[in-house]
Amino acid sequence: MMGAERKFKLAMYWAASCGGCEISVLNIGERLLEVDAAFDVVFWPVAFDFKYSDLRAYPDGYIDLCLFNGAIVNSENEEIAHLLRQKSKLLVAFGSCASAGGIPALANLTTRSAIFQTVYLNNPSIDNPDQVLPEPTYSAQEGELQIPTFYPTVKKLEQVVEIDYVIPGCPPEADQIWQVLQSVISILQNGTPLPPKGAVLGAMDTAVCKECVLEKHEKQIARFYRPYEIIPEPGLCLLEQGLVCLGPATRGGCGALCPKVGIGCRGCYGPLDGVDDQGARILAALSSVISAGDPKEEEQEIERKIDAAIGTLVDPAGAFYRFGMAGSLLIRARNGGSR
Amino acid sequence: MSERVGVYVCHCGTNIAGVVNVEEVARWASEQPDVAIARDYKFMCSSLGQDLIEADIEQFGLTHVVVAACSPNMHEKTFRAACERAGLNPFLFEMANIRELNSWTTKDSQAATHKAKAQIMGAIQRVIHHQPLELIPVQINPNTLILGGGIAGITAALELANGGYHVYLVEREPSIGGHMAQWDKTFPTLDCAACILTPRMVEVGQHPNITLLTYSEVEAVEGSLGNFRVTIRKKARYVNEELCTGCAICEEKCPKKVVDDVFEAGLSKRKVIYRPFPQAVPKYPVIDVANCTYFQRGKCKACQILCPANAIDFEQQDQILQVEVGNVILATGYETFDPHRIPQYGYGRLANVFTSVEFERMVNASGPTAGKILLRDQPVEPKSVAIIHCVGSRDKNFNEYCSRVCCMYSLKFAHLVRERLPDAEVYNFYIDIRAAGKRYEEFYHRVMDEGAHFIRGRVAEVTDVARALEEEGKLIVQVYDTLYGAQRRIPVDMVILSVGMEARHDARQVAQLFGLGCDASNFFTERHPKLDPVLTTAEGIFIAGGCQGPMAIPETVAQAAAAAARVISYIGKGTVMMEPIKAQIDADHCSGCRICNNLCPYKAIVYHEDQKVSEVVATLCQGCGTCVAACPSAAISGAHYTHLQLAAQIEGLLWDARMPEMAGIEGD
Amino acid sequence: MSESTYEPIIIGFLCNWCSYRAADLAGTARLHYSTNMRPIRVMCSGRVEPDLVLAALRNGADGVLIAGCHPGECHYLEGNLKTLRRYKLLKRMLAQFGIEKERVQLVWASASEGSALANAINRMTQELRQLGPLRWQETVIKRVDLQPAKTVEMVRDPVGEEV
Repeated sequence: MMGAERKFKLAMYWAASCGGCEISVLNIGERLLEVDAAFDVVFWPVAFDFKYSDLRAYPDGYIDLCLFNGAIVNSENEEIAHLLRQKSKLLVAFGSCASAGGIPALANLTTRSAIFQTVYLNNPSIDNPDQVLPEPTYSAQEGELQIPTFYPTVKKLEQVVEIDYVIPGCPPEADQIWQVLQSVISILQNGTPLPPKGAVLGAMDTAVCKECVLEKHEKQIARFYRPYEIIPEPGLCLLEQGLVCLGPATRGGCGALCPKVGIGCRGCYGPLDGVDDQGARILAALSSVISAGDPKEEEQEIERKIDAAIGTLVDPAGAFYRFGMAGSLLIRARNGGSR
Repeated sequence: MSERVGVYVCHCGTNIAGVVNVEEVARWASEQPDVAIARDYKFMCSSLGQDLIEADIEQFGLTHVVVAACSPNMHEKTFRAACERAGLNPFLFEMANIRELNSWTTKDSQAATHKAKAQIMGAIQRVIHHQPLELIPVQINPNTLILGGGIAGITAALELANGGYHVYLVEREPSIGGHMAQWDKTFPTLDCAACILTPRMVEVGQHPNITLLTYSEVEAVEGSLGNFRVTIRKKARYVNEELCTGCAICEEKCPKKVVDDVFEAGLSKRKVIYRPFPQAVPKYPVIDVANCTYFQRGKCKACQILCPANAIDFEQQDQILQVEVGNVILATGYETFDPHRIPQYGYGRLANVFTSVEFERMVNASGPTAGKILLRDQPVEPKSVAIIHCVGSRDKNFNEYCSRVCCMYSLKFAHLVRERLPDAEVYNFYIDIRAAGKRYEEFYHRVMDEGAHFIRGRVAEVTDVARALEEEGKLIVQVYDTLYGAQRRIPVDMVILSVGMEARHDARQVAQLFGLGCDASNFFTERHPKLDPVLTTAEGIFIAGGCQGPMAIPETVAQAAAAAARVISYIGKGTVMMEPIKAQIDADHCSGCRICNNLCPYKAIVYHEDQKVSEVVATLCQGCGTCVAACPSAAISGAHYTHLQLAAQIEGLLWDARMPEMAGIEGD
Repeated sequence: MSESTYEPIIIGFLCNWCSYRAADLAGTARLHYSTNMRPIRVMCSGRVEPDLVLAALRNGADGVLIAGCHPGECHYLEGNLKTLRRYKLLKRMLAQFGIEKERVQLVWASASEGSALANAINRMTQELRQLGPLRWQETVIKRVDLQPAKTVEMVRDPVGEEV
């Protein structure tokens, strides 16, 4: 490790991404100047004009810290993932998409062909009379054109390359990003030991409920409501009011911002340590506290009432795996999902 | 890895080895990762088998042991003890059940061997995640609660009380005695029921070690073995027990009578302020509020006015008591089958069709007819009596089981009819004669010798519609006589329906109160049908008598004494060692979401407002794991059934189906 | 694996007080039933967490059986009712993953119902034979294409529809 004057090399890349992670980094505000003082940015498509050829030309391990956001959806995403792994000392899965698949990974509940049908053929705003679908190669008179190919399954970063750390969130909160960058600067400058490989940074090790300001009581959920169906009572736990909130199964660190404004946590910070499957845990928790069906009633009646209560939870897979599908145990649906 | 697992595959003679290729399985096991030694042996549970384990633990420095043999319900304790003797924590042991759950269920040797490997692999992968655990000592409160004051409850209470231990005997009716107090003579000795019962009732009433709570019900139960907290409602009798002398003037002078449908089975009336029967213990009467003129209309008060001891207290309230006991014996008894459910027998429609309970009261010298056998619709002795066995029993439409006592009491009735009405004809309509107890068969022969007629067939109908002159004015019993081979119509004056025994109508509620199971007929479920009839699956809760299943007085007394003996053995030890299968919340990882708070049926989870975390109270936790499964943060761990252990077992069970992880997809 | 050698593998969660004893009873009574169920003992069916069911399916099970005490008879009072709720929601969600309803089954069996449990296992085995293997890793995850699509046909062929 060189002296404190050496500027460390920072890279950021967006794979299948919305750009929100980039914005969140910029959201650290004036502290960006401190980042600039410690780092040279050597690759950051949204902000700088470095090309892939520049990246390929760097020596291996040249980049000290690479923040990779976005899911792996096509061959280009994967190719650059491999490249950045090769060129980086520390590769961090940044944001929910890279950590666990994110919103793009909801594609795993359907099929590539169904998605193509919708996007390129069957929707009100498309006019594609020749039924043209994306193809990896195209012969034009100027020569062979190639575009990346779509994968049938969306993956998280760790499913294509080895990663060093995870910073969860959709996006990771700016304050948390700043904390992590500060620790990294300290590690790189002062030789403080690295956290254990695979550690989740920029987040707590307890669930969102710990930070949530809403009042909590014993849980008895009679039924679930979609957010537009009720106006929640302020100050009271949303789950207790029947709004789906993944807070109990989601890593904290975001400040419980969503519940604070009456929107149930969507689970973007991912699961807690020791949890294999975030969706399965929130499923277990929510179903356990469904109050429908009195134990003293007839079995059939109990079942009927439970079925009715569960029926109010529209799209459990989408709700429970909104951000974590690629990181789940099953990873994707089979045979195109539900009929 | 530093794990050194010893694997032992038992032949169990030919029980396992006859189907599973045990040598092959042991050889295969020895090749698996983490396995230091694998053996097969004829009888692992024998002392030589156990010695093998102990010697290997020492010689090979085994860190864990797996025995593939019978059910853990058979020998888990045996092998845990062997490990412990060799200095290995007994919980670093796991059994694979390749007998009851494998070799005994199939003849397919290949499939069985393959399945055995999977089971053993599951056990190996699970056991290496086991933690050394210690048994938890539980103090046993020497007091006992006995629910039910019939012959079962009375017997158990006296066994305990005479042994020097305190008993709370709770009985729902105003007096103890139960069904036995209603009977006249008991088979086969023809002892008078009251004569053999009442001395015990008196002993209970006077015993310094028995707190008798009659006209009382249990409302709530908390806690577990050694430490139950029971809430009892002592209903108001409206009689001050401190002042009442039992003179019964109130009962004599009460102007209102109502039908006594409990003790007298509806055959006669009682007063509104009453004792159920003259030998009632305790002697205090009770006011039947629903029928009392004072409570319903504000008038009368004759009892209060005339009571010489001023003991009537209309303002009396129910009392709520809380008692702490170490064990509970449920002796709640049974009810009889309601023959209204078989309309073709005419009960309730045809006047002279009686149930066995009604008949018992009739022949009882202190009953409604002073012991005379008389028709219901006129005070005339019958010249012929039909006794129909198996009413509601051995019947797919009602109860499939045999009620065990009805043949004997039907024979008893035949005897009593012949004794009191020597000229009367008696017909017993039976399917089989079940006379399986001591001197029962001899009694059957005696009754045959006395001239009762036995007709083998299930009665189709009891009707008053005559088809011939001799049937006019009679009840006709229509039956297919299977020995004779034809339909028969037997005209009689009186029909007695030998109704079967059933569980109490609220048995399920009682079971749920105490955390027990019931079977499909609502009898309480015993721990083991052969070897443990008095303990239930709930530690510290015992059952005895008719609530466990149909039985006669000798079996009831035996069970009651057995239950009492078990309780005495716990009390004698003072401390019982419980398995440490309990849940624990990691406070550092608990987010205070409170999802777990109302999941515990034992109320073992508390929420600390100040720290905003939940906690499992270990003494109350029964180890079901429901909260462990529900915690969304996986902050609750279940000892000996941790997520890691179960997940590892799944992977082991699927050893042949798992694909090697593809490059790029995260490893497990 | 070829169709002819396919035998379904069922992971069976048996609760210690009821269904495990029922299974013991079936064995003691020498009732023969299919060997396809590989048992895991838990103290209560309420211990069965959905992610263990998913882990079983992910690791190669063709089906999962959860057997507990009848409602009202749970040794721990109401654990089985929690299981019922979790199971219902899990089934609803698994349908979205294209997992047929026969593959995860909840069965009540009291300690005396050895033959009822054996029958349930036989029935489930037969149903899974007809449905074919699940073998999630092999048929679903393995098919997660690591190589970029080489041809147009690969782009057009969606994952899973050939299975």
